[in-house]
Amino acid sequence: MAKIRLKGVKKSYAKLQVVHGVDVDIADGEFIVIVGPSGCGKSTLLRMIAGLETVTAGEIEIAGRRVNEVEPKDRNIAMVFQNYALYPHMSVFDNMAYGLRIRGLARGEIEERVQRAARILELGEFLKRKPRQLSGGQRQRVAMGRAIVREPAAFLFDEPLSNLDAKLRVQMRLELQKLHRELRTTSIFVTHDQVEAMTLADRMVVMNAGAVEQTGAPLQVYDRPASLFVAGFIGSPSMNLLPGRLSASRETVDAGGGVRVPLPVELRAVAREDVTVGIRPEHLAAGDGPAALRFTVETVEALGADSLVHGMVGGASVVARVEGHVTPRPGEALSFAPLPGKIHFFDSETGRRLG
Amino acid sequence: MATEKRVVFKSAWLPYALLAPQIAITVIFFFWPAAQAVYYSFLLQDAFGLNTQFVWLRNFTALLSDSYYLASFRTTAFFSAIVAAAGIVVSLALAVMADRVVRGALVYKTLLIWPYAVAPAIAGVFWAFLFAPSVGIVSYALRRAGYDWNWVLNGDQAMFLVVTAAVWKQVSYNFLFFLAGLQSIPKSLIEAAAIDGAGPARRFWTIVFPLLSPTTFFLLVVNIVYAFFDTFGVIDAITQGGPAQSTQILVYKVYYDGVKAADLGGSSAQSVILMFIVISLTVVQFRFVERKVQY
Amino acid sequence: MVENRPLLTIFSHAMLIAGVAVIAFPLYVTFIASTLTYEQILQVPMPLTPGDQFWSNYGQVLASGSTRGSAAPVGRMMLNSLFMALAIAVGKIAISIISAFAIVYFRFPARNFFFWMIFVTLMLPVEVRIIPTFKVVSDLGMLDSYAGLTLPLIASATATFLFRQFFLTIPDELAEAARIDGAGPLRFFRDVALPLSKTNMAALFVILFIYGWNQYLWPLLITTQESMYTAVIGIKRMIAGGDAATEWNLVMATAMLALLPPAAVVVLMQKWFVKGLVETEK
Repeated sequence: MAKIRLKGVKKSYAKLQVVHGVDVDIADGEFIVIVGPSGCGKSTLLRMIAGLETVTAGEIEIAGRRVNEVEPKDRNIAMVFQNYALYPHMSVFDNMAYGLRIRGLARGEIEERVQRAARILELGEFLKRKPRQLSGGQRQRVAMGRAIVREPAAFLFDEPLSNLDAKLRVQMRLELQKLHRELRTTSIFVTHDQVEAMTLADRMVVMNAGAVEQTGAPLQVYDRPASLFVAGFIGSPSMNLLPGRLSASRETVDAGGGVRVPLPVELRAVAREDVTVGIRPEHLAAGDGPAALRFTVETVEALGADSLVHGMVGGASVVARVEGHVTPRPGEALSFAPLPGKIHFFDSETGRRLG
Repeated sequence: MATEKRVVFKSAWLPYALLAPQIAITVIFFFWPAAQAVYYSFLLQDAFGLNTQFVWLRNFTALLSDSYYLASFRTTAFFSAIVAAAGIVVSLALAVMADRVVRGALVYKTLLIWPYAVAPAIAGVFWAFLFAPSVGIVSYALRRAGYDWNWVLNGDQAMFLVVTAAVWKQVSYNFLFFLAGLQSIPKSLIEAAAIDGAGPARRFWTIVFPLLSPTTFFLLVVNIVYAFFDTFGVIDAITQGGPAQSTQILVYKVYYDGVKAADLGGSSAQSVILMFIVISLTVVQFRFVERKVQY
Repeated sequence: MVENRPLLTIFSHAMLIAGVAVIAFPLYVTFIASTLTYEQILQVPMPLTPGDQFWSNYGQVLASGSTRGSAAPVGRMMLNSLFMALAIAVGKIAISIISAFAIVYFRFPARNFFFWMIFVTLMLPVEVRIIPTFKVVSDLGMLDSYAGLTLPLIASATATFLFRQFFLTIPDELAEAARIDGAGPLRFFRDVALPLSKTNMAALFVILFIYGWNQYLWPLLITTQESMYTAVIGIKRMIAGGDAATEWNLVMATAMLALLPPAAVVVLMQKWFVKGLVETEK
């Protein structure tokens, strides 16, 4: 178990810089999720921590020791890959035992560790099988088993659930949570799926285009997204973002479609001309007022528990979430008012949150 | 498929150690002799090998004006063209038939591919026996039909014999590749054509054959190279280049002049010319076939 | 088959059977001839049903060869062929797989140079450099030796290419997982790359065994003692000259024996054989 520290970590391939100065401190036993869209540099970051990629600038510390030049096998970490990376010609038992055998552990010790991991992951009856005889979920568990037996300082997960079907993914998320509660090993989990991030993370690191946009506990990030990117990325369906302009009196932000949102007092001084207003679909309630969104219903997605109502407000498409048995018909004119205190303001140019 | 691995191991000496055996053998038994062949092609030796003279391109010009050499060139061109053409046509026909039948496909396949295991020299011996002027079964049948068969005297007949032996052996190889090519054509294409109203013959010429063209082109090159070199055994087993050099293909002449006639310079020059031909053929194959194979 | 056209199917079968017959005809005649006496063959036309000399002919050639032309016992020649074929197949596979591994899994100066060096050998079959290679082998004192028979034929680019192709398809994550597990390059090669290459090795073995067994020009040149002849060239030497003087029955028996091992390999290991052929030509 260890503390992992990233200080100003940068990565470049020739002239192309893909990771711009990342700083993260990971506490012992924490489950950190690095989340972002494809190509944002999250996998590269993980691989640098693992030692599979070199660090162009900055430092990586594991358990207080600088590991930039240390080989992966000496960093005391274990990795779970997206496509499992199981040795196809070895049995499940041998797959899990391989790393231990190389390290020269005693037969008895190896047997004990593998059996223990197999018990935790419910792989006992598969130990003699080969990977091709297992289902996707089972293979993923073997991959995790291989990591567990190493009893490492940290687990590194590289999008491990991406190759599984939707239902299996949900199941594996719960198993991962259970596993973490039981083992309490420091874990760094990379994914592009914000649902996985929200449900698994003690803290999230949201990345975009090689830089960290925000770090924080899931609900913190949800409640106070630090930038337009985070606001649009976290939360499903995405937050409604309405570009607007500061009124002459600096008291409201006027967005399209006649929407006039009152600006909180403390922001009136710092706001600039172009302000984007953000309201989550779940924070809209039927009602009226100067800040209300009035639109004609275009489509309705009835999901059972909720319904999502789509429309256009002043050129921007908006979504409102309503109760399941309320199903407006296309063509109806509706009005939704934002819940107080749930309106977000962002500087349209820099994308950063105001306040 | 990527041509580079993302993951590499680090070691200062290991890759060299792993490469050493192959490189060593390649240098000793390939580059060094090839270089020597080039070197010798510039030399002229007297009858006893005592006096050697550096004559630059004289061996080459001598060859190019030697009527026997030019005849050998013509013979080889003719031989390889016929062998390649016949080999491809026959094996394509058989492959198409084999692809069509559902029952017994595996049996036919097994029965048609075993000649690959036969050495060209042995193939030559088989057919030499069948067509042997005095004791051959086929010769007997031909004589009974009124045809005067004696390849020992008749150069055209000798050519026919070696072509037959060479094609016989190569059909199995071509057959396998054509079969694989045919089976890689998606059935949905054929079915779509059938629904559009095309009969079997039209389907073959307008859909199957064009899609098979990379395989055909590839086999064309392979067969030509085969006819140039691997048929040495066939020639040596049956005709030894005769009668009167009518079946003396280029590679055989290299052997004959170098070993039997001990003309080192001339033989080496011939080797060098052959090298150029093969390299061009290989380059053609890589450039055009590889390109076409990517759909 | 898309439509039901029984006539076409019957025609296909007929053509295939005809094809099989033509292909098999020489073999059949050869077999018959190998069971007859010398006189029976001279008597034209020779019978088309098996004779009774099977044991006598085969026994004779195996033990003492023919009485005209070469008199080397075929048994000894078969052994030479077997050794040569095995040595070439195993040798090629061994040196090629480690070369391919070096080229794929390492980055080092002159890597491309070595790669092209090996690639070039693809272009020049042994027939083209036959005389100088003979000189080299003779200078090294390897005439009439197993080393001389096999070493010059072992440098093969096709095997290296095949393995290189295959190694490139091994997922990168496998090597990374092995690295994290603590495996160095040799360990990875032994524990992961090699076992995964088994089918390719089997396929190559079939092709290379046949290639080695059927070598003709090279053994012809470098063996002068009859005890070093291989089966394939032994047959040629038995054909004394003038087809009447040749003991065809014994020659045919020898031919049958000479083609048996490669044919057996092709038929019994057909699956690997086909795979090997298709893979090596890519």
